[in-house]
Amino acid sequence: MSTSTTDPVTMAAQSAPASEDPALRAARRERRMRILMPCIALLAALGLWEFLVRYNEIPHYLIPAPSLIAKTLWTDGPSLLSSAWFTVKLTLLSLGLAIIGGVALGMVFALSRTIEMSLFPFAVILQVTPVVAIAPLILIYVDSTFAALLICAWIVAFFPILSNTAIGMRSADHNLRDLFTLYGATKWQRLRYLLIPSALPYFMAALKIAGGLALIGAVVAEFVAGTAGQNTGLASRILESSFRNEIPRMFAALLLVSMLGIAIFLATSWLSRAVLGHWHESEIKRQG
Amino acid sequence: MPLDTTAKSPVQGAAQIEMSHVFKRFDNGTLALQDMDLTIRQGEFVSLLGPSGCGKSTALRMISGLLAPSSGQITVNGHAPGKGVQGGDVSFVFQEPTLMPWATVFDNVYLPLKLRGLSRKQAEAQVTEALEMVGLAKFGGSYPRELSGGMKMRVSIARAMVTRPKLLLMDEPFAALDEMTRFKLNNDVLNLWRRNGLTVIFVTHSVFESVYLSSRVVVMAPRPGRVVHDMALPDATTRDAHYRTTPEYAETCRLVSDALEGTMDDVDLNH
Repeated sequence: MSTSTTDPVTMAAQSAPASEDPALRAARRERRMRILMPCIALLAALGLWEFLVRYNEIPHYLIPAPSLIAKTLWTDGPSLLSSAWFTVKLTLLSLGLAIIGGVALGMVFALSRTIEMSLFPFAVILQVTPVVAIAPLILIYVDSTFAALLICAWIVAFFPILSNTAIGMRSADHNLRDLFTLYGATKWQRLRYLLIPSALPYFMAALKIAGGLALIGAVVAEFVAGTAGQNTGLASRILESSFRNEIPRMFAALLLVSMLGIAIFLATSWLSRAVLGHWHESEIKRQG
Repeated sequence: MPLDTTAKSPVQGAAQIEMSHVFKRFDNGTLALQDMDLTIRQGEFVSLLGPSGCGKSTALRMISGLLAPSSGQITVNGHAPGKGVQGGDVSFVFQEPTLMPWATVFDNVYLPLKLRGLSRKQAEAQVTEALEMVGLAKFGGSYPRELSGGMKMRVSIARAMVTRPKLLLMDEPFAALDEMTRFKLNNDVLNLWRRNGLTVIFVTHSVFESVYLSSRVVVMAPRPGRVVHDMALPDATTRDAHYRTTPEYAETCRLVSDALEGTMDDVDLNH
């Protein structure tokens, strides 16, 4: 800092903001760097990739250069985007159904031990059996391919939401439960004002996991279903391109799948921060 | 021990709590409380004092209705425990502040009224009054995590007072606080008791705290939990911080300590 002030009064007046300024500036710099550094690293990696492919003259059916993938993404854009839309629909719908089913059953589990004991084994069986193994059967039994895919993705995303909701509802503070009893709270009041808020952090953690799992479930199910059906998602496009040896298009579809995954991750993280940010330890930023 | 019960004439009302031949045996077979008889009159400040395992918290929870006795009779305000006006006449302060971390201080204090069906608007004056009572009127919008331990406890007390209870049950409420904060809150509770004509039952394991606060100390012993002494204390209505340094206070502490000492004979202190 080169503020050469001789007047002691202005010195004193400036010293307070001046001592705060560098901290603020450092924070701003840190924020800029957090965005800038990954971008630079990513661009550098892409540049290296492009360079190595061109320098070694690797044929595009082995490893396509990033520029070719970008071009493919542009030329095949409309058809790839409609496939992406299919996968998005599949993922979000299965996630939505997993939330509805998982939360509803999780609440029932938390309220009744008997029901939990009877139904929990089924939930575990669904969870531990790999979806790839069940998918062919589901595809046989269910007429609509979309419905079959939806069931597969749902099975994968459902379990974390179910188990976390049940655990979360049960984790409500015992003294608070006693307090609600003392004040004669109804079952509904207890659920609305005590159990649901207590379960929220657990549910949010489950949502972050289930969001990713729904996408994985959708992609795996599409792979099993293969290229059957007219409306196909990104995974079947990858499969189809691999049959035709169209490696650049495989990469382009793959890029869209991972971008979809990143978008889901960012959305669930944002939601978690928005819901828990003002009170829960996991989302509170600490000073110093 | 001077007994000036006559001096507290406005304080001595009708019997508010009656326990007769109350036993409590837990599922694991422990006899937590054996043949407890206790009558508490309106306006008394009664401390249940004893080492851990003497059944003092168990007795308090039974009076609140959170726990049912294995045998014996308890009546509170003329009802069975927990069966009075819905959540109206009895309040409970736990050892921990027991606040909802997701709700602001205002909403935490508003909770008992909300459960009773009052709208925010209807409750606002009452909640503000309760917060003013404990000196936290400015903190209505804060979250519990932003407050110190003593402030959280004061929110907890405000929540207990917001329903304007007749009976305040406190289960070692200040055990986890530092001494300075505890002294301050002791005075706050004494003031609440005096101003609002409350009956207070205060569970503690501190002789000094019980003597400072109470108009009556019930000394309990463990294994099995039972009442061994029931001591009325000198006039409690005029005490202030100065009282802690008087010879009278020291003498009373000594008497109560001796009574407590007697309960420890058969207790192995190796835990």
